[in-house]
Amino acid sequence: MNKPSAVKTFIGDLPKNLFAGFVVSLVALPLGLGLAIASEAPPISGVIAAVVGGMVAAILGGSQLTITGPGNGLVIVLLSAITTLGGGDLYQGYLFTLAAIVFSGALMFLFGVFRLGALSEFFPSSALQGMLAAIGIGILAKQIHVMLGITSVSGAPLKLLILVPYSIEQLYLNASLEILLPAGLGIVSLLILVFYSRLRSPFFHLVPAPMWVVLVAIGLTYYFDLVVKAPYPVAENLLISLPENVLNNLPFPDFSILTTGPFVSTVFSITLIASIESLLSIKAVDKLDPQKRRSNVNKDLRALGIGTALSGLVGGLNVVTVIARSSVNVNNGGSNRSSNFAHALFLLAFVLLFQNQIERIALPALAAILVFTGYKLAAPENLLRILTIGKEQAAIFGVTLIVTLTNGLITGIGAGILATFIIHVAINRSLFLFSRNWLKPNVLMYKEDESGNYYVSVKNFSSFLNFYKLKGKLDEIPESEHAIVDFSLCEFVDHTVMEGLNNYRRGFARKGGVFEIIGLDAHGTETQHPFAIRKSLPSNDFFKLGNNLTKRQISLQKLATILDWEYRSELTSDTKELERFDYFKTKIVNYQYNELISKDDQFHLFDLSYTEGAFIAKEDIKASFLLVELSYSIPEFILDRENFLGGLNEVTSYDDIDFSEFPDFSRRFFLGGEDPESIRTLFNQELTFFFESHQYYRVESIGNSLLIKRRNRLSSIQEVKSLLAFSNELMTILNSRKNA
Amino acid sequence: MFEAMRLANFFDGNLFFLHVGEKTVAKEKTFLDMLKDSPVKPKQIKVLWEEGQPDKTIIAQCRLHKIDLLLLGALQRENMVKFYLGSIARKITRKAPCSVLLLMKPSVERIPSQHMVVNAFESLQTETTIAAALEFAQALNIPKITLVEEISRSKVTVAVDDDRSLRKATLQKEKLKRLEISRVNEILSRIPIDLKENKRITSQSIFGARGYSIGHYAKVVRADLLIMNAENKNSSLWSRILTKDLEHILSELPTDVLIVQNKEDE
Repeated sequence: MNKPSAVKTFIGDLPKNLFAGFVVSLVALPLGLGLAIASEAPPISGVIAAVVGGMVAAILGGSQLTITGPGNGLVIVLLSAITTLGGGDLYQGYLFTLAAIVFSGALMFLFGVFRLGALSEFFPSSALQGMLAAIGIGILAKQIHVMLGITSVSGAPLKLLILVPYSIEQLYLNASLEILLPAGLGIVSLLILVFYSRLRSPFFHLVPAPMWVVLVAIGLTYYFDLVVKAPYPVAENLLISLPENVLNNLPFPDFSILTTGPFVSTVFSITLIASIESLLSIKAVDKLDPQKRRSNVNKDLRALGIGTALSGLVGGLNVVTVIARSSVNVNNGGSNRSSNFAHALFLLAFVLLFQNQIERIALPALAAILVFTGYKLAAPENLLRILTIGKEQAAIFGVTLIVTLTNGLITGIGAGILATFIIHVAINRSLFLFSRNWLKPNVLMYKEDESGNYYVSVKNFSSFLNFYKLKGKLDEIPESEHAIVDFSLCEFVDHTVMEGLNNYRRGFARKGGVFEIIGLDAHGTETQHPFAIRKSLPSNDFFKLGNNLTKRQISLQKLATILDWEYRSELTSDTKELERFDYFKTKIVNYQYNELISKDDQFHLFDLSYTEGAFIAKEDIKASFLLVELSYSIPEFILDRENFLGGLNEVTSYDDIDFSEFPDFSRRFFLGGEDPESIRTLFNQELTFFFESHQYYRVESIGNSLLIKRRNRLSSIQEVKSLLAFSNELMTILNSRKNA
Repeated sequence: MFEAMRLANFFDGNLFFLHVGEKTVAKEKTFLDMLKDSPVKPKQIKVLWEEGQPDKTIIAQCRLHKIDLLLLGALQRENMVKFYLGSIARKITRKAPCSVLLLMKPSVERIPSQHMVVNAFESLQTETTIAAALEFAQALNIPKITLVEEISRSKVTVAVDDDRSLRKATLQKEKLKRLEISRVNEILSRIPIDLKENKRITSQSIFGARGYSIGHYAKVVRADLLIMNAENKNSSLWSRILTKDLEHILSELPTDVLIVQNKEDE
């Protein structure tokens, strides 16, 4: 890449990134305020963290698409720090905590310098899940009361959960507008968040869900101001208060208790959680990157450390990489760090320009966002998923969850690690396997000279204890190559490793490489490994559906019989390298099922489960697709219905190709691709007329394969039939063009 | 023991049996019976009976009789119970003045070796080791030989963080690999042609911990024999590192191991 073209792309992409940054800031504002309030810190401190963090990480960071700001994971640690360090005085506690934040920033910077970016890999994944769930429950337990407009309750998470019925009872006992309105606002806000992803109206989706909540909350105050002309019936302590002049009243950290035990342990917990949350988020965002770049985690840690220290100095919370906001960034076309910078600038502008409006936001609305966040963290489906992997994983999850809730985060994660290790020892009936081989090298990697494949062999055992060694080797393989990981000399492979390898498999698939795992077949039969068996073929086994076919499945089966095609109902994670298509660039393919395959293997019709966005901005989608394999090559293109703004609903780098001779077609369809000239030759009178005269389908060509899709949902049998008819006709035209 | 006699036969050499421990009539009788059973008869057999600490005695005797090759039975993996036995083999291997062959699974019937893995990392001794290995292969008729160049990861100065550093590291590795291959080819070209006949000699470069990777590799490719340099006693730093290398192999024998001691060094 030469310099001028890099600068040119940067400037060319700037408008897109500014837009993405703007959308992200709409999400970041309510989250920033809410997370700060949940930590009992002044509301503005969350926004300060996002502004400072966004700017610093955008300039110094090592990843392109991440958004930085205050994180969910830290709420619980910060809350306990602020409430305990000040000995009851919240503001004093906040000042002490700011000092802790400055120190944790420095520590995080050192983590980056000493290349501890692999830190998150030392934790068993089920224990991490348990910890996150505990954090989620902690947030949810406190905020559910605030959402109902009651701020007087306090205590440990479990006690708070028990008090929920009491709070609801309070609503009944003191039913008045002052009590019911905040509660109603909270509940309506929660409903907006829950049903946002179900409503796929493009107009509704122009504004992100958290901003809708804020708009509703602000709108309500104006309703009382302008229409009812009555004072807003919400108590003063349920409204946000910002300092008079934000820029002049920055608090300064109080460094007077540096050497005390609680202070030191606070610094460590903050650093640990902030690093883990950031590292996990960075990895997750990398999976969403359409350009498939790999982030430099150590550089990111250094940038986050500096950001955190600066943020603490001016009264802000920790700066971490946050997954939900980052995924919003990706989905709105962010392509480099300038979007993070833009999000910081927009936030700053909001706070300075709309201070009055922000002060109109009622806490229950923000609490609803936090309740939703907490629920997503604690999501019971997570526990169910872990149960399907294995009972022992659920046990690790449970131990970590309960200990974290009762004894704090550090003890909790420690207990999780210990539990995992004990379970591993028990399963292998040998402490020796681990004690003898822990510190020894166990991974061999070489490039086979004849085939050019990378061969990786793992010996002894492979678990969270030494996964970093395997990872170190795997990271050195370019993802466009062919890698083979052989476990035949390895006696034990744990769930953390299997999950990590599955991520590698995805990464390789995205970049056109192959990642194979061999040598695990024997494990199941010889040693009855629970982890190895269940995870050896990712998702294949635990997605097993029953034999009871639904009505739609029976119809599909019948259709297959009529067409003399093959029908497979089962779920499989083998999804034909769908990542090759532009459509899946920012999406994660989970699994496919209900596949119809034509006799000649040319047509594959299947239902697919895939994910867009992440965490609270996550949307799970199931839709039907048709994949057509061509025996010849046609130009690469994307054809879809033009949206009301004249573009495509998804992120694309192509420009719309319009034909002066087919104005109607050009008006109705978006057509784009790498090579506009050859596309123009392909789309002649006959083909454009064909598309005009049929229903709208999204058709994407990658040369020798076509991906055809109707809607963002599963197709009915009728729709399946018309899709097949459509594609048959399309193929006839293409074939005749080919022969002509 | 049978393995030993066969080897002596192959090399046309003298065979010394050394028994450390009390000499009893019964032991002697079984031993002589065993000798009689052997189908191959080496030129000269000498049985020595000595008492004392096993490792020290064996080493002293090796010196005394100017032994060229010492054969030891060894355990594949040391564990707590067998640690004592294993440690003798280990101590001897470390101190022996001659080359040592560790036999993991000696057998009465000869199982012909098929594949031999030879270390070829950059070291003064490597050339002698390769030459010795080829001679050995000639004598034992081993058809396939793989030369393994272990390249320390620290030679690649780029740490892989993101795509750019990955690309850099990959390029640098390719370059190092080419250098290594040309070095090994040079060594091979200096070795007389008749030693290279009827053999398939391949080479493989591995980036990884020295001493460890080759053992793991030998196991992966199911080699029958692994040939290593002995410790180089000339430089203290090297020997310390190399001790560690052999340590990896000795603690977990992948297969039979021949450790070649460079005579010229002494």
